[in-house]
Amino acid sequence: MSLDPSFVGRTYPPTASYQVGREKIREFATAIGATDAAYHDPDAARALGHPDVLAPPTFPITITMAASRQIIDDPELGLDFSRVVHGDQRFRYHRPVVAGDELVCVNTVEDVTNRGGHGFLTIRTEVTTTAGDPVVTAWSKLVVRGEG
Amino acid sequence: MDLAPQTFRITRADLIRYAGASGDFNPIHWSDRIATKVGLPGVIAHGMFTMALVGRAVTGWAGSPDAVVEYGVRFARPVVVPDDDQGTEIEVSATVREVTEDGLTRLDLTATCQGEKVLAQARALIRTPR
Repeated sequence: MSLDPSFVGRTYPPTASYQVGREKIREFATAIGATDAAYHDPDAARALGHPDVLAPPTFPITITMAASRQIIDDPELGLDFSRVVHGDQRFRYHRPVVAGDELVCVNTVEDVTNRGGHGFLTIRTEVTTTAGDPVVTAWSKLVVRGEG
Repeated sequence: MDLAPQTFRITRADLIRYAGASGDFNPIHWSDRIATKVGLPGVIAHGMFTMALVGRAVTGWAGSPDAVVEYGVRFARPVVVPDDDQGTEIEVSATVREVTEDGLTRLDLTATCQGEKVLAQARALIRTPR
């Protein structure tokens, strides 16, 4: 089953806001073995000019991956999630995510291609504060493996 | 900039901890039964866990946890993590591709496991350390 290229350019409604917790950042940093003080200690983060502990560079995936379910679960697109593999991931940062952020994701289907029996779906997620200030842009390319 | 290669050990316990912290509970990252059923040699690391470890190397080289401007990878090959105390290891290295006039450095990144590249087109743009 191939992916419908007419989905390219489709933008979905903003997701419900996600409140970034200090303990969540610490838990994530600990899970990846990141010991930098600015991930754990608000004073160390403030010394770098941030309002609270900052998140490691790949932390936004915990927010954007959940947000992209909006597209993955879109019945119109009809994607079989059990066949989905993460192909590429890219982030462009306006600033680090920090504890206390209230973040909203807007997903856009940036590219759809079908090649060699597999489907390729690139989702761009603009992560902003609830006030609309840009924080990070994430691109996830998902590969939908063909049957057999 | 000192781009000394870095080595990261990955065990099953790390994958369980990462699953909990990230919310990615795909069973191919904790169940050999499911992983082999979908054609993998066994449980594999989350691609995003590998990317996070390489990210640690990048912030280390940059000298600051908030110096990364852009970071992207392609997941080229799965990192198989055996169910023993040793687990596996990934080796991470970098070369400088470009130093821009506006204070940024572009790094080409390499991550290998058992001698094979597990990432492709892995690049980071960082603020050039002073």
